[in-house]
Amino acid sequence: MGISSSTVSITQYTVQGKLNSQVIDTVADGLTKHTIVDIDQQVIDRAVGWTSFDKPFQPDFSGSSFVYGNYFVFSLRIDKKNITAKVLKKHYTVEAARRMSESGRDYLSKTEKKLVKDHVQNALFLRIPATPNVYDVAWNFEGSSLCFFTNLKAANEELETLFSKSFRLSLIRIFPYTAADIYSNLKDSQRDDLRNISPAPFVN
Amino acid sequence: MLDVAVAYNRYKFLGEEFLTWLWYVIEKNQNLLKSFDPDFVGLEVGNRIVFENRRKESAERITIKGEGAGLEEGVLALKNGALVTELNMVYRSAELVWQFTLKGESLNISSLSIPQTDLPESEEDLEGYVLEKLFLYDKLLQFFKILFGHFVKLRISNNWHGKETASIRKWIQSS
Repeated sequence: MGISSSTVSITQYTVQGKLNSQVIDTVADGLTKHTIVDIDQQVIDRAVGWTSFDKPFQPDFSGSSFVYGNYFVFSLRIDKKNITAKVLKKHYTVEAARRMSESGRDYLSKTEKKLVKDHVQNALFLRIPATPNVYDVAWNFEGSSLCFFTNLKAANEELETLFSKSFRLSLIRIFPYTAADIYSNLKDSQRDDLRNISPAPFVN
Repeated sequence: MLDVAVAYNRYKFLGEEFLTWLWYVIEKNQNLLKSFDPDFVGLEVGNRIVFENRRKESAERITIKGEGAGLEEGVLALKNGALVTELNMVYRSAELVWQFTLKGESLNISSLSIPQTDLPESEEDLEGYVLEKLFLYDKLLQFFKILFGHFVKLRISNNWHGKETASIRKWIQSS
């Protein structure tokens, strides 16, 4: 789901901190260093990284290609290989039977069972292509605000972690308290009032 | 600033009071909304309102669906002490229309459709296309940023416990 979709979800953030100089180069560097790595035909089951907004399966941040007016526009990609429990069980059962037959025993030790399970899982991870999920990011650098085009909790957590790692800046998620604190231009006394408010029922 | 998880849970009522107040404003005070957008045409309840009543022993959740989601059942829920926890709205400014759902506890926006834009015909058109889309998203976000800021100042003022709550209570009782 993203900027171009017919309906979208948006989680809003404020970006805390500033990049001192050579902003575009610094952002390009952060994006490049943490670009998504292709995990197809690898034993890895999950990868998280940045990708290009316009070419999510051929990431390329060269030539300021992520700069759109006052915005930096790019995407978070989360690739995951999913093996269903039934598929895993099927392959495990076949492999366990083969090993027992080879050893002439009718049982496997706890350690052997774990080794078989790991072996089967790794063999499947090698064969299964990862499913990519792409979530767009629009970062208004001047306004220190950022829109993330999903409300999924796991994706938001990945964004917050990767953003901090890539740019050494923090993202503050907008929810009622942070919105009140950031959007309302409160004086110190009003900020104290905000901190002390409690629910006020509309009916008795 | 408080710990994020604590602040989220401790103040989620603020977002739900905001949506409940906003429903009242939509019904009774569109003039206030005009002051936040010079091109304002209207803000209406869309096709879904969700209420939650935490005053009961086990929290009660009521969802009303359908175009122009129902006033009567909703007001009944408010009379019983519920708050609006999700509100689908239609926002009109100049000739343009946005429809979306705002969730009280997180202020997350979902099911957002913005005015239609032309698809880019070439790679050169992409930047203009993206910027137009972002402008349209931002227009809605800015409107709600100002509106929520106004609500918070009102909520912590003496006016809230006096005039404003009395007006909302009167609206609930008379609807």
